[in-house]
Amino acid sequence: MLVLTLLASSIVIYAALYLAPGTPLSALTGGRPLPEETIRVLEQKYHLDDPVLVGYWHWLNGAMHGDFGTSFVQRVPVTDLIAPRALTTAELVFYAAVLVVVFGVAIGLLGALRPGIVDSGMLISTTVLAATPSFVAATVLISVFSVRLGWFPTLGAGDGLLDQIRHLTLPAIALATSSLALVARVTRASVLEEADREHVQTAQARGLPRRLIVRRHVLRNAAIPITTVTGVTIASLVAAVAVVEQAFNIDGLGAYLVEAASSKDFAVVQAISLLLVVAFVLTSTVVDILYAALDPRVKLGSHTS
Amino acid sequence: MTVSSASVSLKETPRRRVKRRLTISEVLCAIVIGIAAILAIAGPALAPHDPDAVDLANANVGTTLAGFHPLGFDAEGRDLLSRVLAGARTSMVGPLIVVLIAVSLGSLVAVAAAWVGGWLDMTAGAVLDVIFAFPGLLLAVLATAVFGPGLTAAAMALVIAYVPYVARVLRASALRERSRDYVAALEVQGQPALAICLRHILPNMFRVIVAEATILFGWAMLDLAAISFLGLGVQPPAADWGVMVSEGEVGVLQGYPGESLAAGIAIVLVVVAFNVAGERLATRASEGNR
Repeated sequence: MLVLTLLASSIVIYAALYLAPGTPLSALTGGRPLPEETIRVLEQKYHLDDPVLVGYWHWLNGAMHGDFGTSFVQRVPVTDLIAPRALTTAELVFYAAVLVVVFGVAIGLLGALRPGIVDSGMLISTTVLAATPSFVAATVLISVFSVRLGWFPTLGAGDGLLDQIRHLTLPAIALATSSLALVARVTRASVLEEADREHVQTAQARGLPRRLIVRRHVLRNAAIPITTVTGVTIASLVAAVAVVEQAFNIDGLGAYLVEAASSKDFAVVQAISLLLVVAFVLTSTVVDILYAALDPRVKLGSHTS
Repeated sequence: MTVSSASVSLKETPRRRVKRRLTISEVLCAIVIGIAAILAIAGPALAPHDPDAVDLANANVGTTLAGFHPLGFDAEGRDLLSRVLAGARTSMVGPLIVVLIAVSLGSLVAVAAAWVGGWLDMTAGAVLDVIFAFPGLLLAVLATAVFGPGLTAAAMALVIAYVPYVARVLRASALRERSRDYVAALEVQGQPALAICLRHILPNMFRVIVAEATILFGWAMLDLAAISFLGLGVQPPAADWGVMVSEGEVGVLQGYPGESLAAGIAIVLVVVAFNVAGERLATRASEGNR
């Protein structure tokens, strides 16, 4: 299934070249006029004279060996342009994912275990946060913490580890906001549902300390839906990263994808799309594996028909 | 006909009519959605000033009561309230179109897969799984790279990305409906399959479909606003909430967050209302269907 999905998405990304209005060549060059010789070289390099499948095969083969062709805007191999930006993006997504897991689960637990005002406050705020797009969160964060209070730098990604963490903190929060709220809500719901079950009542009747009941009987069972949702939302961070990078002017993969899309730098668009889809699919797969580790009742392969 | 309707009413009487009074949050949602709908229709006409009238003398001026500018002006001296009101149309119509197409296609796929079952169900599931792997926003960016920036390409890409979600949720509901006694009764009567699907199964799924469409509207609004924010959807100077957040970014850095905030709050309010309403509708639909 994993291989099939990746194969299909790579076909879609490659086929986009042929879907574009005009010839594949003009899509690649963004309609820029070129001398005859260059066109001949390009046709050969991208196998535009060959059948589509042959061209696809060469492109995929190159991509697997880290060769995504040449950017038509920068006239540099795409790989050289992408590699440093991929690192920044990976750091940002990882930072946001940590925030989602730690604070999402903690806030959800807090709501489930402290009914009353804490719980309803958490419910209302997560409802609003879940509907807050990352670019609106970014605007609020920048105007409060960078412009008013001056605690964090406004734009850019920073150099060196500490500086980078300082620069990436607000972007990571903006990226994490809605996923965090979603994870908190699911955590709360599944903990409450689990706490209602008979085995928990039994444990309570036996006089086990509350802390132990929560940790051993409630959390372990509730972990399964929580993992699923966390996995899905973390995978979605990969897709949403473009917006946050644009908002904070971070020179990462997402912002570069948007730039390439508006300047019709097609080789770059294809390369980044492929990378992001691979990251998205791999994250989902890792969650599936984790799922099986957490819950021995789930057998790998039984649902991957 | 009498047989089927009798069996339905027999089964449904005990759990029907669990009438509850609307809660405060439900009323609030209805009000917000109502206002948003009115603005989408009449927003540009309701705007007190010309939303595109530039007046650099008023750039970034705050609330001015003289001449009625309650939200003040943006960086180019355009009246903010007028721009928020006028922007409601593009911000709401885009998601509406996406949802209408995606939900129609999704429910057709769901009903067809549930009815035929077997190979069709399997193939549809596999194809949809593959599309599932493609995040909507990414597909939309790819589409704008191919067809050029604009709302149409982005909206069509979102439709493709949403259909699997819709189909997956509705398939379960279609399967449940398919296994009901009245469907078997209609089949025995020799009714054509298409007629049963269109005239009986789909109408009975109506509540679930509406709930799904409501939730989807919130997503579509967020995604389309994000695309416009990225500069790949609605193009400035058109008034659109996503575009306004992005145009206001310069102001944010200079300490005038008014434009971005006004548009951002509008987006969040509408999306919260649709999310909460959708969740409630889904709960009610599943209570009525059990």
